[in-house]
Amino acid sequence: MLLGLLLPTSGCITVLGEDMLRHRYRVLPRMNFSSPYVDLPHRLTVTENLTVYARLYGLKQVAQRLKQLAEDLDIAGFMPRHYGSLSAGQKTRVALAKALLNEPELLLLDEPTASLDPDTADRIRSYLLRYKARTGATLLFASHNMVEVERICTDVIMMRAGLIVDRGTPQSLLARYGRQNLEQVFLDIARGRDEQDEAKARRGVR
Amino acid sequence: MVLRYIYLMRGSWPRILELTYWPTMQMILWGFISQFLVTNSSWVAQASGVLLAGVLLWDVMFRGQLGVSVVFFEEMYSRNLGHLFASPLRPYELVIALLVISLIRTLIGVGGAALLAIPFYHYSIFTMGLPLIAFFVNLLVMGWAIGLLVGGLVLRYGLGAENLAWVAIFAIAPVSGIYYPISVLPGWLQTVAHLLPASYVFEGMRAVLMEHTFRADLFFQAAMLNIVYLALGIVVFLAVFHIARQRGLLLNMGE
Repeated sequence: MLLGLLLPTSGCITVLGEDMLRHRYRVLPRMNFSSPYVDLPHRLTVTENLTVYARLYGLKQVAQRLKQLAEDLDIAGFMPRHYGSLSAGQKTRVALAKALLNEPELLLLDEPTASLDPDTADRIRSYLLRYKARTGATLLFASHNMVEVERICTDVIMMRAGLIVDRGTPQSLLARYGRQNLEQVFLDIARGRDEQDEAKARRGVR
Repeated sequence: MVLRYIYLMRGSWPRILELTYWPTMQMILWGFISQFLVTNSSWVAQASGVLLAGVLLWDVMFRGQLGVSVVFFEEMYSRNLGHLFASPLRPYELVIALLVISLIRTLIGVGGAALLAIPFYHYSIFTMGLPLIAFFVNLLVMGWAIGLLVGGLVLRYGLGAENLAWVAIFAIAPVSGIYYPISVLPGWLQTVAHLLPASYVFEGMRAVLMEHTFRADLFFQAAMLNIVYLALGIVVFLAVFHIARQRGLLLNMGE
């Protein structure tokens, strides 16, 4: 819905100050996304895919931008290869490169480090943090990797069955649930425990 | 977007082969039929190229339609619609790109077959002159209109309906008068034929070949109908696109 790919049945959506239902084309050039559930054309090479999207986003110096992203995300080695021939982890990095082409002010990332080995995942997270610091962009993560969420996010929204059940900074959530890490908080919410009673009980045990 | 489809064609020799294979095979088949009938049919003997011209022009409409619908399906097969429409690309821009790539594919496919007909059967459709452009444009536009309607149906109902791309146009072939005058049809089918731009094109083709006359009235009737059908195809496609956004179909493609 945030990207305008799905229309809401009611209500409104405002992104970067614009009504997405009426003025989405004012916003779309300023945002981007990546998701493992939406593919790029398999029969095009990585270079061709990124070139097409660079042009769709109106980039002027396409070759230069591709070169920079290839270095930043370590995908230079398979730029000439067909996207369909890449491993899951390689595809994830290419999809992320696509998402960063236009240096978006709002970057939506669905499981951005899924299928990545720990070393590559850590490099990607560090890159995203530097990107956020450099550009001031807002990163919206959808992730079940609570270590990643705890490291990167300044605001966490916990959802269950499509509804928001809690929200706060990682530190405030940890304090509220009396837990050591966000994965435990996640499990508390997922398993429907009453967080207040549990937190009280844990404090009592200590 | 045109670049995206050119990249796809360039990197896939089966796709390029498919563009020229079917028009060429049709041309070869009807070339042999023409050679037989020219000595056994006084009607064909009047203009021995009348059947070859019919099949080549028919392929303009067929390829024109496939060039829109099948190329659109590439995005569905690759589950790429989400990426495309999260970008600044507007639906009407995709429509324009599909029409442009359809033109390119049709010129490659049918143009190749038309050129091969010259050494194979000593027949050049290009001797028709400027009327050929009028026939080509009208048939291409009719193919576009059908392609957009089919593309919209498949977007709405899923890839399980993709066979429509291959069968839809054959439903109108019998009433388009490709190889015979419309007068051959029973009265009620003639009424249906007169609703199709293609019937006017093929009648006009026979007028050029048999009577050496360009029928401007037939051209304008085809053009007027095509404006209506193309507009309808575009409106339906864009309307289905809106429905696709309502139902999340841009992200959930499948059968």
